[in-house]
Amino acid sequence: MDKTGEGGVVITKLDDLLNWARLTSLFPMGFGLACCAIEMMGAYASGYDLDRFGIIPRASPRQSDVMIVAGTVTFKMADRVRRLYEQMPEPRYVISMGSCSNCGGPYWEHGYHVVKGVDRIIPVDVYVPGCPPRPEALIGGFLKLQEIIRQETIRAPRAVQQIMAKRMKNA
Amino acid sequence: MIMTFGELQQFIGDKFGEAVILEAKTDALQPYLVLEPERLPEVCLELHDNEQTYFDYLSCLTGMDNGPEAGTMEVIYTLYSIPYDHHLTLKVRVPRNSTPEEVMPQVPTVSHIWRTADWHEREVFDMFGIYFTDHPDMRRILCAADWEGHPLRKDYQLQDYYHGIKVPYDKHNENNGFRGEPVILTQQPPAEQFPDKREKPE
Repeated sequence: MDKTGEGGVVITKLDDLLNWARLTSLFPMGFGLACCAIEMMGAYASGYDLDRFGIIPRASPRQSDVMIVAGTVTFKMADRVRRLYEQMPEPRYVISMGSCSNCGGPYWEHGYHVVKGVDRIIPVDVYVPGCPPRPEALIGGFLKLQEIIRQETIRAPRAVQQIMAKRMKNA
Repeated sequence: MIMTFGELQQFIGDKFGEAVILEAKTDALQPYLVLEPERLPEVCLELHDNEQTYFDYLSCLTGMDNGPEAGTMEVIYTLYSIPYDHHLTLKVRVPRNSTPEEVMPQVPTVSHIWRTADWHEREVFDMFGIYFTDHPDMRRILCAADWEGHPLRKDYQLQDYYHGIKVPYDKHNENNGFRGEPVILTQQPPAEQFPDKREKPE
């Protein structure tokens, strides 16, 4: 601002600043479970280029903001998915991508090995339908998530609210 | 020299005696021999090693549950000889346990003859609960190590919880009275352009 010599001042709410920073740099955890991951990779790649939204996959859950559960969650994988989610720092978000991770998908009735919806293990913010969803749908899911983040306020942090809700439930 | 099914049956009968072949099904699309389970490895080893037969390739090894009524389970071996281009299907039939407390059906391993049988036998163990004796590493291969039951058994029942996660799909809509919007058709069915040629039930 000094460079322009005009001494400009930007006034904003801290909420808006934080939310803007968070929703424009959503770093997903770089992992995929099944064929939905192929579409997810397609969305990352140059054709759809999720980098435009500041969405860059990270190699570690400790550096990630959002987890895209892309694919069939088996019971064998469920423990790992839950552990990865627990390793992510707050604030953290989950996008459930595809029918399998939404509700069990084609394995809903006779699939003995599939968790019938990843929301049985971890809380989900956005569900993206499809089998698999096209990259546009995943981008739509991210835009939906950005809308959710835009509504947040530091006066009522989600993590605290969730803890309070759990305490109320237990009491 | 390609051997026919009859010649192979003759070959096994001559080498090990007719008693080793419990049943020979020749009129099936894929003819098979049912062998005595205890003597399976020695027959397989001979079929693998002998220059006449030379079954160097185990195409498939799979299990089958005939159900609690029949009370038997089967393991099916599909052999193939790459140089001679001949096939042979072998089966062993073992009694089935109906509760987990009973002893599992036991079949001797052939993993020392064909290395590919190692993982196939583990899969049969995982899915059907047939134990392969003398197998070097008899563990589950696909399901989680602490999974309960064997999913491809006819009488398999899902467990209710696994590590605190509810396993069966709960029929939320059905249990809460929602059975979907009624479908009302307004259009007339089209004139019969494509006659239905499927067999109608009597």
